[in-house]
Amino acid sequence: MTQSLIQTPEAVLFWLLAPLAVLASLGMLLVKKAVHSAILLAWVMITLAFFYIAQGALFLGIVQIVVYTGAVMMLFLFILMLVGVDSSDSLTETIRGLRPIAITAAVGFGGWRISLLGRATLGRPPVGLDAANADGNVQGLARLLFSDYVWPFEVVSALLITAALGAMVLAHHQRTNMRPTQREQSINRFRTDSLAGAAGLPGPGVFARHNAVDVPALLPDGTPAPSSISATLKARGDVIDSSSFQLDVVDTTIIEEK
Amino acid sequence: MSPNNYLYFAALLFTIGAIGVVVRRNAIVVFMCIELMLNASNLTLVTFSRINGDLNGQVVAFFTMVVAACEVVVGLAIIVTIYRSRRSASIDDASLLKR
Repeated sequence: MTQSLIQTPEAVLFWLLAPLAVLASLGMLLVKKAVHSAILLAWVMITLAFFYIAQGALFLGIVQIVVYTGAVMMLFLFILMLVGVDSSDSLTETIRGLRPIAITAAVGFGGWRISLLGRATLGRPPVGLDAANADGNVQGLARLLFSDYVWPFEVVSALLITAALGAMVLAHHQRTNMRPTQREQSINRFRTDSLAGAAGLPGPGVFARHNAVDVPALLPDGTPAPSSISATLKARGDVIDSSSFQLDVVDTTIIEEK
Repeated sequence: MSPNNYLYFAALLFTIGAIGVVVRRNAIVVFMCIELMLNASNLTLVTFSRINGDLNGQVVAFFTMVVAACEVVVGLAIIVTIYRSRRSASIDDASLLKR
């Protein structure tokens, strides 16, 4: 292929960004936390947007940034937040021998593709998009989209609506029982065996020399009160032992003035 | 430099994404690897469009982006639904039919 199609600045851009993007995508496989993978993927997508713009696909470059790095990665991070940021992947392989087989197959596939691309010839020099983009890239795309591709375009709009509806149906969560009202909660507090919690549960950190939400309150006899900690924190195991904040020796001596 | 370098780069990204889909166990990371593969194929389409001097490739890449957006919306909703019932986002845990 001829050298004239790509000018030096674009080559510099390519050799600067492409290795970084490959490193980022490799890092995406190797890092443990899903959030880090998402950040690295966002970097790869921004790189691709640069490449689109460099290749005369201005509209697609902008759409890549708005849709992929904007909306799609945002959605990924949002779902990571819902599912739990620290739900880190165990990198141990569960199926024995899966990893070497996968890497061998992928390297074979990639090598096959690259060698195929290297041997393929077009039979003519690459054209470049200067003629096709003469009226502007957006205008050229719009002319195609609203003439030859009108039917696919409308089908895709139906697909978008269906996907939005499907996501709503899947994510909808219906309560099977009524939420207890304040009156019912109050009645339930007095119907239990002990009236210890009738006046309300103790707040965390009371008498514990530390008023964080994860430090249990101390009862008058000095033992920690587990009921003062939120059930969610208890389930997560995020409770600090309040005895760690106790003074070793309470200094009760009075220094007499001479 | 010839436009072929973009094609090699896209092939490399696609391969890395394919490894990720098979090797990683977290459903969200698997999904991100699928996005990487879709992006790589989009770059291939844009490069072919440039080599041929024809905007049809860019239109197809645009449709790929729309379909990928739909796929992300539905896929993430499925992941959230599975997480709600199984309390896990690992693809190994969703093997009820096997047992």
